[in-house]
Amino acid sequence: MTLDSAVRIIALAPDLLGTYGDAGNVTVLAQRLRWRGFPTEVVEGIGRDVPDSGDIYVLGGGEDGPQALAAREMIESGALPRAVERGAVIFGVCAGYQLLGCSFLDTDDNVHAGLGLLDCTTVRGTGPRNVGEVVANIGTLLPGHVLSGFENHGGVTTVGGGATPLATIVAGNGNGDGSHTEGAWSGRVVGTYLHGPVLARNPDLADLLLEWVVGPSAPLADADATAEALRAERIQAAGGSRRRA
Amino acid sequence: MAATLASDRSSPRPPRRLRFAVPAARLARSLSRRLAHRDGAVIGGRVCLAVDPDAVAHLLVQHPTTVFVSATNGKTTTTALLTAAIERLMPVATNTTGANLPSGIVTALMDAEPGTTAVLEVDERYLPGVVAVATNPVALLLNLSRDQLDRMAEVRSIALRWRDAFAHDTTRVIANADDPLVAYAAPPERTVWVAAASRWRMDALSCPACTARVQYDGDDWYCTQCDLRRPKPDVTFTDTDVVLASGRRLALPTTLPGTHSRANAAFALAALELLGLPVDGASDAMATVTDVDGRYQHLWATDDASRLYLGKNPAGWAEILDVLAPVDRPLVIAVNGNDADGHDLSWLWDVPFERLAGRPVVATGERMRDLAVRLRYADVEHTAEPNLTRALAWARTARADVVGTYTAFQQIKRELRRDA
Repeated sequence: MTLDSAVRIIALAPDLLGTYGDAGNVTVLAQRLRWRGFPTEVVEGIGRDVPDSGDIYVLGGGEDGPQALAAREMIESGALPRAVERGAVIFGVCAGYQLLGCSFLDTDDNVHAGLGLLDCTTVRGTGPRNVGEVVANIGTLLPGHVLSGFENHGGVTTVGGGATPLATIVAGNGNGDGSHTEGAWSGRVVGTYLHGPVLARNPDLADLLLEWVVGPSAPLADADATAEALRAERIQAAGGSRRRA
Repeated sequence: MAATLASDRSSPRPPRRLRFAVPAARLARSLSRRLAHRDGAVIGGRVCLAVDPDAVAHLLVQHPTTVFVSATNGKTTTTALLTAAIERLMPVATNTTGANLPSGIVTALMDAEPGTTAVLEVDERYLPGVVAVATNPVALLLNLSRDQLDRMAEVRSIALRWRDAFAHDTTRVIANADDPLVAYAAPPERTVWVAAASRWRMDALSCPACTARVQYDGDDWYCTQCDLRRPKPDVTFTDTDVVLASGRRLALPTTLPGTHSRANAAFALAALELLGLPVDGASDAMATVTDVDGRYQHLWATDDASRLYLGKNPAGWAEILDVLAPVDRPLVIAVNGNDADGHDLSWLWDVPFERLAGRPVVATGERMRDLAVRLRYADVEHTAEPNLTRALAWARTARADVVGTYTAFQQIKRELRRDA
């Protein structure tokens, strides 16, 4: 195969959105492709220089200042709306999730425009930061799948009619707007508050994103036995924080 | 002692309290040692602070020379090296076991003779509080990096608090010129800059002053928008030598492994020079530090290269992997997720464990499964062993290096002591 046929994963603004180990999501996607024999290329999208050739675009978490800068640069680049039109996959975590939405607020209550690729808006919560293990039942996107991850954010996100919440909270806070939901999705754009990294904890979700690019693949039973043991442990550990839901 | 304290009229509470607080703290410590077989460093300090809430200030005022060492990585080692270098000249009051919160500082000072030089490691969050109440303080700022993701306010806010503190005081600073967060925090007119050759850069890719991108160009770095840039280093070092601010060239101790250990020694020598103390012979004194509260101790035999390491965050791991990389020795990695480790272990994905591929690795610790998944994606063959005792037995047979997160490291030390 030539390089042109490689699956291309774009790690978006890893310099601004890389605070919570979310680079691991790119590692997970790339490895699962390689293990299955797909030529895979990981490219960093820095500043306004975001490649138009990506199959999957991945955004991580970050702090307020860098998040606002990343949002400005991505809006100016225009690459992501074009990618959505092409049918590319967009996956955002925490700050990356917030900036896929219509708007978000920083610590000084300044409103920042988001990319508007997910119909959701984020404001600052009034209580303490939401920090801890999360367990949530994924809805129509992956029926029957339990989402496991670790949240650490002060945002409250409301999902509008143009998107669908990703999951229903069992333990933890997630979107935190009283709807007991976590994350959002629309078409091939998926956002979540969960770190972990979330795709390492939830290989089924990783494979769903990959399926949108390369079609259905055989499971990676050996690798995922390790992940399953971790999931079981973390889901049990989250039981103690169930009250917070 | 009473006379010294009586002259301290500026303190907000009567120092008389301290005269009750210290004996009470000693009693608590003694009970803790006898009844609970603990070292009592924390409980003693807590009792002292309960009786005299201003005990830190009241004790610090008795010490005309105070050096504070603060950072995310390297506090304990640098404190130990500087203490060894000064102790060859005079007594030192210090907290060598890493008890770096106010309770630990109080414990370190409550038995010290007034007038002795104090060398104290201080938790990053408490540094502004202690420099504010010390007389003529010197602060060593080594680095700031992500650590305990779920607990720490992001590292940038600590840099800002340091900067605010130093903007309004007279602290003399020795700071890492290679860490933009530290360079932002330190007061340029009162700082000796050390080119510390730090490898981890992920926490300072965005400018701490204006959030624009920081550009790295070899050793140099600069903000692409504002005027924050790498200060010109006053102190530089190689694998063998350091050149101090005065231009003096000295041999560096080589007992402790890694570039970061040279950097820590360079900081200590820079502090000696700033304090006006003789630097000749200091390296030999520092070379007697063979381990730092367990860090770097030879595990199985002194002629064996295998050591124990504290690997608690990506910045520390970046240095450890560099030390381990040249030889494919077996390795045990113990990962916990308690309060002191942080409950969010996502940072394991910021460590390039891929560099370990090809050597035998055992994953252990209470959060072994997080590590096992990470190692699998790094294509590192490994065995998961939930039992730390068994993992260490394997390590002994295999003559393995051992790395632990903060609480795992403490458990490993206890296991090793029990076996000894």
